[in-house]
Amino acid sequence: MEVVTTKTEVTTNMPATKNEIAMQLKDVSVAFSGRTAVRDVTFDVEEKKVTSLIGPSGSGKTTLLRSLNRLHDLTKGAVVEGQILLGDTDIYNDKLPTTLLRSRIGMVFQRPNPFPTMSIYDNVVSGLRFNGIKKKSLLDEAVESSLIAAALWDSVKGRLKNGGTTLSGGEQQRLCIARALAVEPEILLMDEPTSSLDPISTKAIEDLMGELKNRVTIVIVTHNMQQAARVSDNCAFLLMGDDRAGELIEFAETTKIFNNPSDSRTLDYIQGRFG
Amino acid sequence: MTNLLTQLPPDPIYDRRKQIQERAAATIKRRTFLSRTYIATLMGCFILALIPLGSVIYALINKGIAAISWTFLTALPTQPNLVQQDAIGGIGNAILGTIVIDLLAGLVAVPIGVLLGLYLSEATSRIANTLRAVTEIMTGLPSILLGVFAYEYVVLPMKQFSGLAGVVALGVLMVPVIAKSSEISFRGVPSTLREAGLALGARDSKIAKSVTLPVAAPGVITGVLLSLARAMGETAPILLVVGASGVWDFNPLHPMSALPLLTYNYSGSQYPSQRAAAWGVALALVTMILILSLTARIVSARMRREKR
Repeated sequence: MEVVTTKTEVTTNMPATKNEIAMQLKDVSVAFSGRTAVRDVTFDVEEKKVTSLIGPSGSGKTTLLRSLNRLHDLTKGAVVEGQILLGDTDIYNDKLPTTLLRSRIGMVFQRPNPFPTMSIYDNVVSGLRFNGIKKKSLLDEAVESSLIAAALWDSVKGRLKNGGTTLSGGEQQRLCIARALAVEPEILLMDEPTSSLDPISTKAIEDLMGELKNRVTIVIVTHNMQQAARVSDNCAFLLMGDDRAGELIEFAETTKIFNNPSDSRTLDYIQGRFG
Repeated sequence: MTNLLTQLPPDPIYDRRKQIQERAAATIKRRTFLSRTYIATLMGCFILALIPLGSVIYALINKGIAAISWTFLTALPTQPNLVQQDAIGGIGNAILGTIVIDLLAGLVAVPIGVLLGLYLSEATSRIANTLRAVTEIMTGLPSILLGVFAYEYVVLPMKQFSGLAGVVALGVLMVPVIAKSSEISFRGVPSTLREAGLALGARDSKIAKSVTLPVAAPGVITGVLLSLARAMGETAPILLVVGASGVWDFNPLHPMSALPLLTYNYSGSQYPSQRAAAWGVALALVTMILILSLTARIVSARMRREKR
């Protein structure tokens, strides 16, 4: 196995035959008003695995993650180049409506953001309702199944009518995970999902991710290297280049990144010499 | 402490710390005095500002209460004459006229204003920016202008004064105010909530309806109630266009009576009884505005609390 680390030709060292590929990034660049924030990122997201994006602040992890469900479409002056393939579909160029795309790619944000005017129940089914599903039995089923999957069912099943924001921070984040899962997305994007949580809630969510792998492919951005090592199967290391644009330095199995990285910059980072 | 310090070997930091502490102790009296002077000055300004406001409210209550009675609030007005100089009757139809005109104006202006505010908060196009600037300018329009507008385009074509003309003037007056305050409330909705909706595959219209509107509702409702309160007290356009009425008639196509109008007419009357009654009319008007403003506060406070 080898990793080519010249910046335009980073390739994955995972043979595509070993696992199904859920999503492919090919030379993905994101620029805001002409300033490149992340450049020429290429790697494959394996199905039903956890892929982590690590790197210091400013290396473009979150920017890259938000390009995967076209959340940059909201930002004026944002331009995404390259190809992002979900299955065979180029999510930027084929005529796939963003609403449909986003119902297939869920997202959990840095801070828990349950809808404050909705109950726990309504929060979980909000995505389904947004997508036009009204059948009560289906909604009820989705609430139980996603709250169980988010390890929240037992503690909230008696108070589903309570407001979503009455929960603690860690519970709110699990509610947001349940809300994302209820739409049964193929891929779940997680943007530093534990950065605003206490260690116990963090552990709960990390444990959860191990189980969620069975039903959904996860891409997670994290500042916490131990977290990346604990939860992810594959790992992408990004670093800010000389022109302040983030670049993919190395992409490999997480065990390789943390034990035997190919690039000296990766080694420096995971050993805490910078960043 | 000084003892302890002097026993230690010379140390620039201890030395500096000592200097700082001594200086601080030596100036404490002066600094306390300055601080109290500032506070006293601010209190003085506050009281100075309260004097005119307090005088107005005192006069209003003092003279207004004397005029107010159950009959005054519920009866129809009568015209005093040289024989019966004290026969002023009541202001019942003016109270209801004010409420009817205000509510009808609100009925028209609230949906338009709230939707305009929603649009202004979401859109960033050049058209939206222009519209935003226009809205801003319109909030500063002198209200007499809207009176002239309603006179020209409602009163003259219909060949009669009418409540409807007042509704038009007040409605046009309210739209930009409601739009502005709604826009601010909608903008206050955290962008992470919108993003959460988008990430679930919701269309913009769905997010607006299911997320933005409910979250912003307390602010929007407060803005609406305050603009109703403001419109209620608007005098200039009402004077020009609603005419006058001495009967129970709330058909908006007919002339109506309204409290600001009566206040104006009565205060310039030749009869002392009517001039005294003007205070009562004003008190009734201020009370109604106060009730609306207080309701706005209570509603928003309650809705904000319920969310938690």
